[in-house]
Amino acid sequence: MTPAVQLDQITCTFAGKAGSYTAVKDVQLAVGEGEFVSVVGPTGCGKSTLLNVAAGLLRPSAGAVRIQGEPLQGINRRAGYMFQAEGLMPWRSALANVTAGLEFRGVDAAEARRRGEDWLARVGLAGFGDRYPHQLSGGMRKRVSLAQMLILDPPILLMDEPFSALDIQTRQLMENELLELWSANRKSVIFITHDLEEAISLSDRVVVLSAGPATHPIGEFAIDLPRPRDVAEIRLSPRFIELHDRIWRSMKEEVLKGYAQTKNRVA
Amino acid sequence: MRRYLRLWQALLLVLIFVVWQVLTQPGLIPPVMWDNPDRAAFFFGEPLRIFGAIADWFGDGSIYRHLWVTLEETVLAFLIGSALGLAIGLWLGLSPLASAILDPYITAANAMPRVVLAPIFMVWFGLGIWSKVALGVTLVFFIVFFNVYQGVKEVSPVVLSNTVMLGANRRQLLRFVYLPSATSWVFSSLHTSVGMAFVGAVVGEYLGSASGVGYLIHQAEGAFDINTVFAGILVLTAFALVLDFAVTRVERRLLVWRPTQGETEQL
Repeated sequence: MTPAVQLDQITCTFAGKAGSYTAVKDVQLAVGEGEFVSVVGPTGCGKSTLLNVAAGLLRPSAGAVRIQGEPLQGINRRAGYMFQAEGLMPWRSALANVTAGLEFRGVDAAEARRRGEDWLARVGLAGFGDRYPHQLSGGMRKRVSLAQMLILDPPILLMDEPFSALDIQTRQLMENELLELWSANRKSVIFITHDLEEAISLSDRVVVLSAGPATHPIGEFAIDLPRPRDVAEIRLSPRFIELHDRIWRSMKEEVLKGYAQTKNRVA
Repeated sequence: MRRYLRLWQALLLVLIFVVWQVLTQPGLIPPVMWDNPDRAAFFFGEPLRIFGAIADWFGDGSIYRHLWVTLEETVLAFLIGSALGLAIGLWLGLSPLASAILDPYITAANAMPRVVLAPIFMVWFGLGIWSKVALGVTLVFFIVFFNVYQGVKEVSPVVLSNTVMLGANRRQLLRFVYLPSATSWVFSSLHTSVGMAFVGAVVGEYLGSASGVGYLIHQAEGAFDINTVFAGILVLTAFALVLDFAVTRVERRLLVWRPTQGETEQL
């Protein structure tokens, strides 16, 4: 079966004043159709770079991206992207933000409105359509972003630490909601996070990256926990703890390396 | 205390006029500065006579024509200056090459005291309203231009990327992201630019015209009629306050999406 997303020997080198910097080197990553893959790694290791390459926002220095078997050119039209930072247009109401993608595609206004309201209801924001982003809490804004992405029904979801700015309770709620939406209509997901627990509880597979520079995958772990899952409860199961332990051991060295580097850079 | 703020403010105003009247009315108190008791009134006018002049203007309705001309010039200067500033600000903001080439010219044109252009505009556009409008436009243009230019540069890259991922093409990006972002900056400079349009109109009238409040002041000054000069100044001030009030109302309507400090509504 052709993978939904295939990163083939991706290398990204950035030219800078202090010489060039290779963020990621020779990364090989394939995400199957309907598979939920999390990518974990120490902070600043180039996780977002990989996601931007898959989205077509960033052209790799070397290597190729194939989306459902076809080489990617320009922006990846089959992917929805959820950013770590706020991506909503502050001058548009929640509803107008959700329907923006439909508007760009020339969908009839009344139809877009109907579907927008439907999606707002699905993410638990029925009746909040006329609020502007600044009138919503952080968690609500993330829900709007989620609806904004899912309304276009992209077969591929790229998510860059989407819930990292939320408090732990809101975060687990959002993770459960994401799993529910995902299981209803299985999409291929690349989920970037630095939180190993989040990665294990959500995914089918966890890919561990090395510390930067020249980040590359150093391990892959299949997560054979049963679905449907509750992210808060599954953390207590013995199998989860076992997996966590195994993955953490492989990551530990890299995390310490990444930490030492950051420390040296600051010092 | 705060409940009576308006009252205190009004009392202060009355006090100022009373002191002014007492110090200037011939023969009321022994002369302080000059030997001649009429001298103070000659230089500073007398509030009672000033109000008399204002009452005459509004009584016979002769002022309305002049106010209307000044308003017309202000509004035209504001609209034309804002439109030009918006268009050119967007263009230069989005085209690094053009802005690099034009940068020194923009700086020079902004540094130049533009009031000196008034005589040239007089020659080009005659003594009617258009020479005043032109002067106002040169003042308004730069305020709006710099704000829009800044606005375009400071559009959040995440909002941009997000909008691109939602499928916006270049034209849609301009319409749905750059333009709203830039107009919000135009509105944030609304008070200053309306004020500048007003300054342009009045200065233009003062330098040569056949109508407008600036013209009335100029006329009275030629006849050493200091009371009428002050009457004109007071009318202009009141007019500017009304204009500012109108701008505040418009602003509140158009910038509902903008968070204001302390007003943010968390749900």
